[in-house]
Amino acid sequence: MASTMLSIASATPSASLSMHEKLKGKVKLGSTTNSTAGFIKTKSFGRVSMVAAVNVSRFEGVTMAPPDPILGVSEAFKADTDEKKLNLGVGAYRTEELQPYVLDVVKKAENLMLERGENKEYLPIEGLAAFNKVTAELLFGADNSVLKEQRVATVQGLSGTGSLRLAAALIERYFPGAKVLISSPTWGNHKNIFNDARVPWSEYRYYDPKTVGLDFEGMIADIKAAPGGSFILLHGCAHNPTGIDPTPEQWEKIADVIQEKNHIPFFDVAYQGFASGSLDNDASSVRLFATRGMELLVAQSYSKNLGLYAERIGAMNVVCSSSDLAARCCEVAVIQVKSQLKRLARPMYSNPPVHGARIVANVVGNPALFDEWKAEMEMMAGRIKNVRQKLFDSLSAKDKSGKDWSFILRQIGMFSFTGLNKAQSDNMTNKWHVYMTKDGRISLAGLSLAKCEYLADAIIDSYHNVS
Amino acid sequence: MYWRYLTRAARRCSVHTTSSRTVGWWDHVAPAAKDPINGVTEAFLADPSPFKINLGVGAYRDDKGRPVVLQCVREAEAKIAGSEFLTKMVEESVKLVYGKDSDVVKEGRSAGVQALSGTGACRLFAEFQRRFHPESHIYFPDPTWSNHHNIWRDAQIPERTYHYYDPDSKSLDFAALMDDIKNAPDSSFFLFHPSAHNPTGVDPTEEQWREISYQFKVKGHFPFFDMAYQGFASGDLDKDAQAIRIFLEDEHLIGCAQSYAKSMGLYGHRVGCLSILCVDSKQAAAIRSQIQQIARAMYGSPPVHGILLVETILSDPNLKSLWIDEVKIMADRIQRKRTTLRQNLEKLGSSLNWEHITNQLGMFCFSGLTPYQVDRLAKEFHIYMTQDGRISMAGVTTGNVNYLANAIHEVTRSEQETAKILCSISV
Repeated sequence: MASTMLSIASATPSASLSMHEKLKGKVKLGSTTNSTAGFIKTKSFGRVSMVAAVNVSRFEGVTMAPPDPILGVSEAFKADTDEKKLNLGVGAYRTEELQPYVLDVVKKAENLMLERGENKEYLPIEGLAAFNKVTAELLFGADNSVLKEQRVATVQGLSGTGSLRLAAALIERYFPGAKVLISSPTWGNHKNIFNDARVPWSEYRYYDPKTVGLDFEGMIADIKAAPGGSFILLHGCAHNPTGIDPTPEQWEKIADVIQEKNHIPFFDVAYQGFASGSLDNDASSVRLFATRGMELLVAQSYSKNLGLYAERIGAMNVVCSSSDLAARCCEVAVIQVKSQLKRLARPMYSNPPVHGARIVANVVGNPALFDEWKAEMEMMAGRIKNVRQKLFDSLSAKDKSGKDWSFILRQIGMFSFTGLNKAQSDNMTNKWHVYMTKDGRISLAGLSLAKCEYLADAIIDSYHNVS
Repeated sequence: MYWRYLTRAARRCSVHTTSSRTVGWWDHVAPAAKDPINGVTEAFLADPSPFKINLGVGAYRDDKGRPVVLQCVREAEAKIAGSEFLTKMVEESVKLVYGKDSDVVKEGRSAGVQALSGTGACRLFAEFQRRFHPESHIYFPDPTWSNHHNIWRDAQIPERTYHYYDPDSKSLDFAALMDDIKNAPDSSFFLFHPSAHNPTGVDPTEEQWREISYQFKVKGHFPFFDMAYQGFASGDLDKDAQAIRIFLEDEHLIGCAQSYAKSMGLYGHRVGCLSILCVDSKQAAAIRSQIQQIARAMYGSPPVHGILLVETILSDPNLKSLWIDEVKIMADRIQRKRTTLRQNLEKLGSSLNWEHITNQLGMFCFSGLTPYQVDRLAKEFHIYMTQDGRISMAGVTTGNVNYLANAIHEVTRSEQETAKILCSISV
């Protein structure tokens, strides 16, 4: 019976005084079931006295979490007082003077935003529409058929991490039991994301320490061996931590085996523009897969290429495909997928942060700013390439052992996998005050030309004198 | 839940080969139901009527119905352009909610982390609760903000409810609430709205909070406060934190989610704070590290812009003072509209009791309108609110309050007729 909630009855008298009446003058001992309670204080307020158990924390057994292997490096670096110290830990771009860099286009965009005095209302759950449009165009190319045919569901996410987590949550809900295959090695946080999202994962061979290159046969074999319908996590460009990317021919073969096994390619594109300096070139792996009519997941981040690390701006793209595009079932799928991504986002953060999205939309959507950005992008990627060259030259000149250091030149992007093991990496830190991750990864973004020789000395010493 | 049958479809899909398959990977993904709150705004936006009113989302509007960027925020924006990232926001936030002279603040006993507004803070806590008390439940007031259900469900914590709102009196059902607290298993987790309860606007009195706190000691329950409206209920930041301060006096080690969305108008920046009180600073460090680990796998780190704004405002005495004034202005405007709406309804001769409009606190009024009446308001009068009859008073202006009162009066006519008949029968 639909009872009316409105009534002309006046409010019933509050029952709140009855409790006081009961307790007046009485002392009641507190009790808790699962902790050692002590009876400590007598408090009195008003007419009531009570003895209450002291609260033992419900979270007493919570231990200190281990420091994050990547962020922990920066913390250790900050604590070091030696003036020769060098931070090659986090993949955050630094200038030649080793200062953080806010791009000029970002400053200009923020000034425009400040002048406009835009409001701070909630974004829709899927994010800023203008941002979603430009981010998909940047990734696939504005003329790509996947966009023209409206086959991409794009949702703004909290940088790469947040976008990956949304996808992981989608996989857990809609593909229960499906596995994600991640490269060995991969960015450390990938495992955390899939673990917390309760998505099982396993590794495919990737890095070959003997060649300091790609173990392509191993990679193909492991992808082939995975149960059909697995998600294969691929780094779109500038593989983190190794800097080793497949060649275009290898990408074709990877696409072949993924199609053969009915897997879903899942790209993590964190460095578009940073690998080669060209935004289009760096998207070529993703575009190759899209052109083949494959369905994909693609996470994007603007942390590095627009220097918007702390603004947390990225996107999750889901490309839907079908052999009968005329049936337009993909357009429907896109709408539905988008709605489910929103449903996963709402209990995580309700709607995404506005500031970074506006910056990206302003930069990419304004032709003059976009051109400026491309130039700044080339400058940043160029500085890293120069540093690579100088490091290689220094190592080759100083190392008399004849070891081939040319892998440093072949690697792509912000990082170099030096091949140093944990003990050697520790030596880099303890003896030389060079901070890097234990897997031997150095961030060239944190290296200046001026420090290349010092670093070369450190690497040579660690490689040859420590095992 | 319906997606479970969809997963069976997913398994069928996965055996098709690509070449012959016209069925895509995502075909079995059905559209999600519209979020009950956001769906209202979407319907509103699609309506072409010039008289339309949006009383759905709880976002503050000025008397012309426009979004507001606070002056203190504008000044902070200009100040932070190009500035370094400080880390005082958590420190300032815990002072705000616990009191700057409180023991927990002085002794560094709060494990505080920045969070993605209130939602993010609640989700971090729910995940933390799941990790360290995997068998626990969460008790929600009935009713509560709809997204609370989603948050704890996605964190895989089953929910229970406790009595809260009494629809007959349109006020707190305190006796039933206390019974539920007593009958819950010891050491249960409870969620409270410390002030300006969403959606009802009904808050316990100070005395009632003291009794709840006492009973919590007896039962060893864990209190979690979702503080989304500090300053909006009474216009006074300290007064609105009174419930929390009472629990602190009684030495409960609480958890608290804070949001700056409404009180600083920073909705889109997603800035808030989660804090958990601990026995000492060492435990606080341990808990903080665990929460940060949860955050790292969810979104890495929080967006900085909003954080810079909050800490600039809270640590600059002039800006903070300006902010306090602006919060009071917002709360007062809402209070005046409550009064006007109620008076208008009474002047129209409505025979129904509208006291609850002015008794309830904060941004929302739980009107008591039925879903049928809510639909009529939308269809016939272009007035939008959530199905539960929750009115966001922030959307009420001098310009639309008469129209609103008339519309409510219209759709409740049959109620009034029934009430008159009942009244005449009982006499």
